[in-house]
Amino acid sequence: MEDTGTVLAFWLLTIVTIGSALGVAFVRNLIHAVVFLVVSFMGVAGLYITLSADFVAVAQILIYAGAISVLMVFAIVLTPQDERKNAEGFLRLPALALAMLVAATLIFVAVDNGWAIADRPGFEETASLIGESLLDKYVLPFEIASVLLLVAMLGAIVLVRPEGAEDDE
Amino acid sequence: MSVDLEHYLIVGAILFALGMYVALAKRNFVSVLMGIELMFNAVNLTFVSFSRFVESDSPLDGHVFVIFVITVAAAEAAVALGLAVLLYRVHGTISVDEMDALKG
Repeated sequence: MEDTGTVLAFWLLTIVTIGSALGVAFVRNLIHAVVFLVVSFMGVAGLYITLSADFVAVAQILIYAGAISVLMVFAIVLTPQDERKNAEGFLRLPALALAMLVAATLIFVAVDNGWAIADRPGFEETASLIGESLLDKYVLPFEIASVLLLVAMLGAIVLVRPEGAEDDE
Repeated sequence: MSVDLEHYLIVGAILFALGMYVALAKRNFVSVLMGIELMFNAVNLTFVSFSRFVESDSPLDGHVFVIFVITVAAAEAAVALGLAVLLYRVHGTISVDEMDALKG
């Protein structure tokens, strides 16, 4: 992609995404970490738009920045006040070393590999094509996903039901 | 100057490594989940950028896969945060350092 707007958008969104991901990793307050996480999700959604993935970008904002972050805030306020810290445990240094190793390996593979680049323009619009392939080529995983969501919903309800609730029936 | 596949892959790699650090190093159960969500995001970004740039007969398959990953991630988040609430109710803490019931 050559045009200046896209290049500028890519760099700005990269700074926002990685900067707020660093915030998630190193900020001390858990609520602040969730706010940084939402900003990072928004940055990734912007990167999807620069990749002409409009449907995925909107789904990202709806589900990640909307639903999952609200769930996180719920989990934080339902747990005790004195645990709202974002501190590291005893695995801090091994985790840092492993993360750096993984980043180095992935970047080496990304740069060194000769990818089969296709010289085509961005997608015009993706929603209708994704819908068609969901109901045609991927109809079985699509149906399984609906069962999975039902199971997850029932599982979450059963898990957090107050103790002794089954006796009240 | 232009933006190529490699740029997006490097962003995805850095995001994945940060998520991995958060998921492994943090003491709070909810922070661990945040790290896992960051890793999901990095993988999704990689999927979408391959879908945009790499030679393929059906380039939108990457997008469809991302939709499925988002679905599974949403289900995972709902169950895992329910588990966080349950852990607090049973153990009185959500610090993963103190969960050593399997220690001999």
